[in-house]
Amino acid sequence: MMDRCGNRAATLDDASAEWISALRGTGAAREAGLARLHGLLVRVAVRELRRREAGAWISGRELDDLAHQAADDAMLAILGKLGSFRGESRFTTWAYRFVLLEVSGKLGRHYWRQHPAQHLEAGDWDRLPDRLGVGPGDLAEHADLVKAVRQAVDETLTGHQRRLFVAVVLNEVPLDALVAQLGTNRNAIYKAVFDARRKIRVFLVANGYLEDRRLGPS
Amino acid sequence: MSSWAALERFLRTDPADVGCEQAMEVLHVYVDLVAADPGAARRYPGVTAHLAACGPCCEDFRGLLAAVTADR
Repeated sequence: MMDRCGNRAATLDDASAEWISALRGTGAAREAGLARLHGLLVRVAVRELRRREAGAWISGRELDDLAHQAADDAMLAILGKLGSFRGESRFTTWAYRFVLLEVSGKLGRHYWRQHPAQHLEAGDWDRLPDRLGVGPGDLAEHADLVKAVRQAVDETLTGHQRRLFVAVVLNEVPLDALVAQLGTNRNAIYKAVFDARRKIRVFLVANGYLEDRRLGPS
Repeated sequence: MSSWAALERFLRTDPADVGCEQAMEVLHVYVDLVAADPGAARRYPGVTAHLAACGPCCEDFRGLLAAVTADR
């Protein structure tokens, strides 16, 4: 079976076919389908906000409001992209993905309400060992490590990569908060930090700080 | 673990990693497969590599898997 764009469409399971039929229908059946889907999306959003421990800093009315906003925006996205659903998964799994991504985006924007004074570029380099999960140990070794990484950062990264590396690694700014702040997307920030990690590693290997124990051409 | 070993592990990148965009595009398919059979993750090595390295995408994966599992 081919869809309207000429893509091969998977056969829909019965439940997914019912959803599509209801949402593409008219009248009371469509209204009932929309209400049911919205209810499911709100439930998923509430559970997700609680699961992510956002409840530690968002709770009560604010958490409910955020969940409803995520469900509302996800509904718009789902209805706008209904034609692209090809039955590669259950309909509800496909739909829940939209509300999960809305929750992530909204938490990213919400971060700046909790951390309005956070600066992206000024980082405390002494925190680097702690950020790597290293406990208090050899202070001289920690100092050598920090010095080497700072040198790699200064000499090999672009200004953009340096800024993002400091924000994500030293200041622990969530990626989705940077997405909101910089008006970009998660992939662009992830890629910049990915490339920064790779370049720092190459520098440290070339200068004898690390052994070349690559798993592949990274 | 020494601080240098920890740094080496942190800086290590997996060339199979497909990045956020591609991983999120197929997340619903991946989650349905994993919900039915955890071993099915092997069919998407690039997505698995990405989820192992990217905290935010891994959170989305865990959240979607939890939502799907709660429905079944």
